[in-house]
Amino acid sequence: MTINSVSLVIAGSGGAGVVTAGSLLLDAAAQAGWYALMSRSSGPQIRGGEAAAMLRFATEPIMSHDDSFHLLMAIDWDNIGRFSAEIPLVATSLIVGDPAHGPAPAALLGGTPRQAALAMTDIAGKIENGRPNMVALGAIAGLIGLPPEAMQAVVEKSLKRKGQAAIDASMAAFHAGFAAAADLPAIPKLPAVAAATEPRWSITGNEATGLGVIRGGVRFVAAYPITPATEVLEWLAPSLAKVGGMLVQAEDELASINQIIGASYGGVPAMTATSGPGLSLMIESLGLAVAAEVPLVVVDVMRVGPSTGIATKSEQSDLNIAVYGLHGDAPHIVVAANSVPDCLFTTQWAVHLAEAMQAPALVLTDQAMGQARAIVPKPAELAFIGQRLTAAAPAVEGERYKRYAMTASGVSPMAIPGTRGLTHTADGLEHNEFGTPSSQASDHQAQMDKRSRKLTQFNYGDHWADIEDSEVGAGDTAIITWGSSTGPAREALRRYAAAGGKARLISLRLIAPVQPEKMAAALQGIKRAVVVEQSHSGQFYRMLRAFYELPARTVSLHHGGPLAFGPNQILEQLNQLNAGSA
Amino acid sequence: MESCAQKKKYAAKDYKSDLKPIWCPGCGDYTVLNAITRALAELALPPEEVAVVSGIGCSSRIPAYTSVYGFHGVHGRALPVATGLKLARPDLTVLVTGGDGDGFSIGGNHFLHACRRNVDLTYIVMDNQVYGMTKGQASPTTAPDWEGSKLTPEGTGINPFQPLVVGLASGANFIARVSSSDPINMARIMVEAIQHPGFSLVQVLSPCVTFRPEQQEWRDIVRTAVVDYTDDAARAARRLMTDDGFNVGKVLYKGSRPPFRPEFENTNGSVTELEARFAL
Repeated sequence: MTINSVSLVIAGSGGAGVVTAGSLLLDAAAQAGWYALMSRSSGPQIRGGEAAAMLRFATEPIMSHDDSFHLLMAIDWDNIGRFSAEIPLVATSLIVGDPAHGPAPAALLGGTPRQAALAMTDIAGKIENGRPNMVALGAIAGLIGLPPEAMQAVVEKSLKRKGQAAIDASMAAFHAGFAAAADLPAIPKLPAVAAATEPRWSITGNEATGLGVIRGGVRFVAAYPITPATEVLEWLAPSLAKVGGMLVQAEDELASINQIIGASYGGVPAMTATSGPGLSLMIESLGLAVAAEVPLVVVDVMRVGPSTGIATKSEQSDLNIAVYGLHGDAPHIVVAANSVPDCLFTTQWAVHLAEAMQAPALVLTDQAMGQARAIVPKPAELAFIGQRLTAAAPAVEGERYKRYAMTASGVSPMAIPGTRGLTHTADGLEHNEFGTPSSQASDHQAQMDKRSRKLTQFNYGDHWADIEDSEVGAGDTAIITWGSSTGPAREALRRYAAAGGKARLISLRLIAPVQPEKMAAALQGIKRAVVVEQSHSGQFYRMLRAFYELPARTVSLHHGGPLAFGPNQILEQLNQLNAGSA
Repeated sequence: MESCAQKKKYAAKDYKSDLKPIWCPGCGDYTVLNAITRALAELALPPEEVAVVSGIGCSSRIPAYTSVYGFHGVHGRALPVATGLKLARPDLTVLVTGGDGDGFSIGGNHFLHACRRNVDLTYIVMDNQVYGMTKGQASPTTAPDWEGSKLTPEGTGINPFQPLVVGLASGANFIARVSSSDPINMARIMVEAIQHPGFSLVQVLSPCVTFRPEQQEWRDIVRTAVVDYTDDAARAARRLMTDDGFNVGKVLYKGSRPPFRPEFENTNGSVTELEARFAL
């Protein structure tokens, strides 16, 4: 079965107003028992400026946007052309605009969508304190089948402080829009559902990231603001304080990473969040955390690069720097979240991995999932808590402590400052077992082996990848992907299966260290594969080629950001692979 | 008052590791290592409750020569490591050691903000006006006409960085200058620096006998500052702006700003409460 859903965009020059309208609609949809996903796109302006809220509603959980939108509701047309590529419209789509702002710009009409007028400004003008935004929301509700009571509940909650008059004015405008929808051309309506049977959350990827690290045990965060990671930090600052932790705003990313190294050396699990430019600045000190064996987590909410790139838009192009960016041979962990709720799972897991292996763990998320809000089934409780192997006292009284002792697992008991008899110096210089600087080949070899061994011998369980087969089986075709591209890939798999196709989705969560044996098992019987990623140079495909045995017929489907893949783009590639095999 | 018995609990040697320093014979840093260990003994701090953090350079080797907890990080980033450590572990006494290049060039931004943030740290900078570990290049405190480096054979032509003036302007809460030729005063001032709340900056004139042999004359040039410290930042600024860099052996400035400590709401909240905000 393919997903029964409706997709729409609210756009306008109201800046945050459009996103607020989208949020109200998302909350009302949740109230109505639907599932929802809302992404936002905004121009470079700091305040105001053009913005668009992209929403998709369904009666079951959704992980991706559709290939096109059923409806574009434009409060006005200012600069909307800048988004036209992000708002694919087809012949069955409907553009609703306000005649007060003139005709729709040509940039939106390439897919020959239907057009209709809704005099939002005029209708709102007839209501005391009526706003065109609420008229638009009413019309949307009427078009997609959202019950007005759901919006009533949301508006009452959000405008509670402004008083009953404000609530009444908003709802009057909403109802006027709702009534006007009867005269608009139809788009698909979603069926009403009974009250939700399972507990659900409304959460953004960046919030889930913050919650994940706190659940994992992080209690110290140092960070420098950067789009699109700032919300992780803004959520963490008050939340950490509530559980006895703290967030420090650092002077730059060099300071962020080194502050968390200091805190973690002090025994307090620590993390920072940043985006590509900040990660670039942190790289040298990530190597220090590798050499000194200091556990920590760095979240990179990826945006379009290189350089400043497009700060507000998404791309999966920091894979190379995350995996290969460090100088020297520097074994470290790289994991990637593959959906909004998975930001919670993956960051919590990352804290667990970093602490268990006393190594830095990089978590890759991106703007698309970080700044998206989703209505999702309540995420499961996870058992991952950061647990560090610590040293309590000298094995033999007076015996000198070996911070970097050789062990079978490669992990050495770590003495936390304050522990008697175990003082030592942790060092970024190559060292011997005691931590004493050494330039001897044998010490370098032994320490390199140890730092590598602790990562390669670790039991990552089933979490290294999400592996999902279509209901009818895996067949001999696979989609291999990671991160945000997993959403549309999942939906492509469903559409493929609905048409009778069999395929397997492999979404890698553990990017490094690589898992060739597990991948070989996952690719058992697979003869064809498509590798999907949002990178101009196909970084993921090249990495797979370097480390894994891929099926003989493996094609790469990749492009740079900020446009995400639609499910049909991936489906088309699957069909082509299949046709090629006939 | 602490009893005399407690003060005699530790000797300076209890804070030294048995590692032999890599420094050149005659290097000023030997005296600094001695003074630090003497100061720790004077304060009777258990070695496991002290941490020394450093970056890269000759003087940044100090942590490994001590028997306290040490962290030897990357070039220029000792102050942020120490900041994170002290904030996460306020129970520890945290010292930072390093040189003029590490602290004022590559780590310059952290120096400004460490002074500004005023975390309770003691920063001991061994200033020899040269990059010794890379064999003799001009540092941020080198005079503009020093022609001893192949990198800048005509001199840098740039006025030297003024660590104490910049430190004061940036908010350091304790400022002192000492000379490695005066170990007794150095240890005494380090004790004061460690005891003073907030960010304490101690500049040590520590000659590089190998690449700046002329600095051995410093022992004859330095003089004990004639005035005692002030708690008036404006007065301290005037003194520092007019001083020739050789007034040593006394504390120059003591401020009374409370040390930085992030708001610590700790409401004993639970993660479950945080999660509840997402529930529909």
